[in-house]
Amino acid sequence: MKVAIIVFPGTNCEIDTQYAYTKLGQEALLVWHKEKSLPDGVDLVVLPGGFSYGDYLRSAAIAKFSPIMEAVTSYAKSGGYVLGICNGFQMLLEMGLLPGAMKRNLNVHFISKYHHLKVESNDNQFLRHLKVGQIVNIPIAHGEGNYFIDEDGLQELKSNNQIILTYCDASGSALNPNGSVGNIAGICNINKNVFGLMPHPERAIETVLGSNDGLAMLEGFVA
Amino acid sequence: MNITVNVQLKQGVLDPQGKAVHHALGSLGFNNVNDVRIGKQIVLQMDEKEPEIARESAKKMCEELLANTVIEDYEIVVS
Repeated sequence: MKVAIIVFPGTNCEIDTQYAYTKLGQEALLVWHKEKSLPDGVDLVVLPGGFSYGDYLRSAAIAKFSPIMEAVTSYAKSGGYVLGICNGFQMLLEMGLLPGAMKRNLNVHFISKYHHLKVESNDNQFLRHLKVGQIVNIPIAHGEGNYFIDEDGLQELKSNNQIILTYCDASGSALNPNGSVGNIAGICNINKNVFGLMPHPERAIETVLGSNDGLAMLEGFVA
Repeated sequence: MNITVNVQLKQGVLDPQGKAVHHALGSLGFNNVNDVRIGKQIVLQMDEKEPEIARESAKKMCEELLANTVIEDYEIVVS
């Protein structure tokens, strides 16, 4: 499998993501945002975490105008798999490839810690190796992860099984670190080829570093 | 021509920053504040003589970049 990891000025999780996919035995290429096209034969595009353009104006507000994004948008619209992690999730919202928007965390703090998540749906490529109701432990690191969507939008996400991960405690009870509507940590689009989540699975791939729960998630895209 | 764009979270969308500042004002003894909303002000110096064209142009900027209309409202002031 060939993975294209898009790098913007201010991105800082591209090497972790590349390391994770290399560990999974896949070819993972870093693609600079000024490129106009994706490498041939790409099977997955990752928009990694970080602070693209310094989070100026709003998180991810400016990245959507980078030259590569036109190619990413048409790749997503033609059914290609796109995974946005943290700042990458914010980009997918800003681009309109996923519904909703991000606000400042409810407590206005930048939160960086391990957090438990519950798998809400696995009828998708990303979480197909996990079980519904399974609890995973994955780091979060964000200041604007307070997911907002209106009531109609939330109902739509629920009825289409688009909520993929929610925040919880170790026993699976709801625990909300940032104020997100419906404790939402990650969603996908209706066609289930575009995924966004605030937690960082690429930071949870070595047990010696606390958790390898992220590996099974990232492996979902590996054929 | 100066165009001032004020961007603010929509009514009904909880403003975490405003809430934190409201709380801080309360702890300073300012108990006469009912609500605090925090927004952004963006000042554009435009090379444009027609106020209506400038306003129309600023509106497009807001829709495409300056505001996230999922959660934010914007106001355009031409001066």
